[in-house]
Amino acid sequence: MEILQINKLSIGYGKGKRAKIVHEKLDAKMYAGELVCLLGENGTGKSTLIRTICGFQPALDGEASMLGKNLLQQSEKDLAKMAAVVLTDRVIVPNATVEELVGLGRSPYTGTFGILNDEDKQIVHTSIEKCGILHKKKERLANLSDGEKQKAFIAKALAQDTKIIILDEPTAFLDMPARVEIMQLLRQIASQSGKSVLMSTHDLDLALQMADKLWLLSAQKALLTGTPEDLLLKNEFQSIFQNRGIEFDNKTGLFRVGYDYNMEIPVKGHGFEYVLLRRAFARNGIKTIRKKDEDSQWLEVCRNGKLSFKYFQNGECIGQEESIEDVLALTLKL
Amino acid sequence: MIHKLGRISIVMTLATLLLAFLVLLNLVLGSIHIPISEIKAILFTGDEANRIFENIILKTRLPQTIVALGAGMALGVSGLLMQTLFRNPLAGPSVLGISSGSSLGVAFVMLFTGNILGFTFTSLGGWGDFAVVFSSLIGAGLVLALILFISHKIGGTLSVLIIGVMIGYLSSSLVSLLKFYSPEEDVHNYVIWGLGSFSRLTSDRALMFCLITVIPSLLATFLSKPLNLLALGDRYAANLGLNIKRARFFIIAFAGFLTAIVTSFCGPIIFIGVAVPHLAKLLSKTSNHFYLILNAALLGAATALLCNLIARMPGMEQEMPINSVTAFIGAPVVIWVIWKRRKENRLE
Repeated sequence: MEILQINKLSIGYGKGKRAKIVHEKLDAKMYAGELVCLLGENGTGKSTLIRTICGFQPALDGEASMLGKNLLQQSEKDLAKMAAVVLTDRVIVPNATVEELVGLGRSPYTGTFGILNDEDKQIVHTSIEKCGILHKKKERLANLSDGEKQKAFIAKALAQDTKIIILDEPTAFLDMPARVEIMQLLRQIASQSGKSVLMSTHDLDLALQMADKLWLLSAQKALLTGTPEDLLLKNEFQSIFQNRGIEFDNKTGLFRVGYDYNMEIPVKGHGFEYVLLRRAFARNGIKTIRKKDEDSQWLEVCRNGKLSFKYFQNGECIGQEESIEDVLALTLKL
Repeated sequence: MIHKLGRISIVMTLATLLLAFLVLLNLVLGSIHIPISEIKAILFTGDEANRIFENIILKTRLPQTIVALGAGMALGVSGLLMQTLFRNPLAGPSVLGISSGSSLGVAFVMLFTGNILGFTFTSLGGWGDFAVVFSSLIGAGLVLALILFISHKIGGTLSVLIIGVMIGYLSSSLVSLLKFYSPEEDVHNYVIWGLGSFSRLTSDRALMFCLITVIPSLLATFLSKPLNLLALGDRYAANLGLNIKRARFFIIAFAGFLTAIVTSFCGPIIFIGVAVPHLAKLLSKTSNHFYLILNAALLGAATALLCNLIARMPGMEQEMPINSVTAFIGAPVVIWVIWKRRKENRLE
């Protein structure tokens, strides 16, 4: 089922002649139960796109519609029941507990004083449970870790009971385990509840593994959409990220740092030790090449019994070290 | 939740009891001690009471108590609304520039007329009081209208705050200009006005004042849902279905009205509006503005009554100006709260 449709959307700031257009004619679609990651370098307009879809800033042209209704023409009240957001804003609410925050997620449905009925309370409870912080239900937000706080805000978005949840960089400021946890949680929400989740992120490796679709936003190519695998096959990452001395490795889905080499050295060896040695040398501007028969001087990774790195010249061992640090120092000296 | 509601109701019950106790103390204590039995006779049973006591109670202490109660309540609530709207712990009723507008209005009447028309204001007697209140209301009303207009036209909450503060500076500069060219006696009167007082109203007027401060203060609970949402920031509030512009309009209108009324009848009372909301948050430990507003109302009234009591401590020849007392009590509270918050923020 198609949930969100973006049609020739132009995003940017200002009005009329003085409008500053960030992107023009963006097209994208999102289906029920999908986790979509919006990727792009800083300054390419990720946040602007997110804010426009959320209705925080007007679109310059085109439309974004959800289930056939134009999102950009809804009142706050109706929009609140269609899309829930989690923002990067660092919110400090004095005294608020997890339960109270998540309870505010029911606001679009409550009356003048915002009092929760039994059904609301049940939804609040399950939302907190789904996010795995039930044990922190009565805890103050100020006493939570960054990851737990983010989960509390995701629970708030769940309690809002919308078809789509939009998150602006939910994994920023978090440490690695917390990032993975948040991504897993969002993955789970999309798969199990049938909600569509749209998130912007810089965590390319996690996005490649967990997202159903990626939206790649770049200055040159506007918005590219597709499954991570299709985009890899089409080599789209390479073209988007290739400037600034970084290379994208399609096989691993990781960025590789490009080095300037000023020295080459033949190395004999293989396996994990060799890979690590190569990386340490590359960092120091030394390129490791495979030892050929005619080389008179080479370095060898020996693993008979104990790990050691040996320097050979004309078949004789002229130096031996047992750690990469020492062999690197020796190499630079030679 | 039960535990929490328990805490809130305990705090509110205690605050109500404290308030009642302070009302009583305000009637009993002063340069002349009046026994409770006499007060009962004067106010409730209508029994024969000491004429002098009756005079003191009905003409001085009762109106003063009623005015302090209403003013404190209004300032506490108004300050809470401003702190939440602007998400700033140092915001208070004065940030919108409304009390400055009020001061400017009063300065205009007290100083400018004296200068131009060639009479000092004290010579006008009762009409003078009326003119002061009237000009103060006009000044406050004009600024409030301007701020509401700006908040409607301009998007950001921060811009409203900055413009409010700037209006404050502008009117202070006009006031100092007026002061500079005014006769000393007028300036002295103006300074006295600026020190604030709860004893400028007669019994009937005090009752009126109390009604038009207490009722809107309690009605402000209708703003509790928008305030709860605004505490999350404008964007989250909007995403939860709040019409930000309309909510901001009503919040400013309420807070502005309360501040304008209090300033016009009592002068610019400082610190109660900044300190009381912090006390309310600290004691009730809730983020729900329904309870926070009620708490700020009760604690505001209690604080004003306490200040009033200190201002005319028994054994003193003359009453102290109310603002020197409020600052003396309010400033340490604000420092203490900021200190505590600083510690908490480290966790956030």
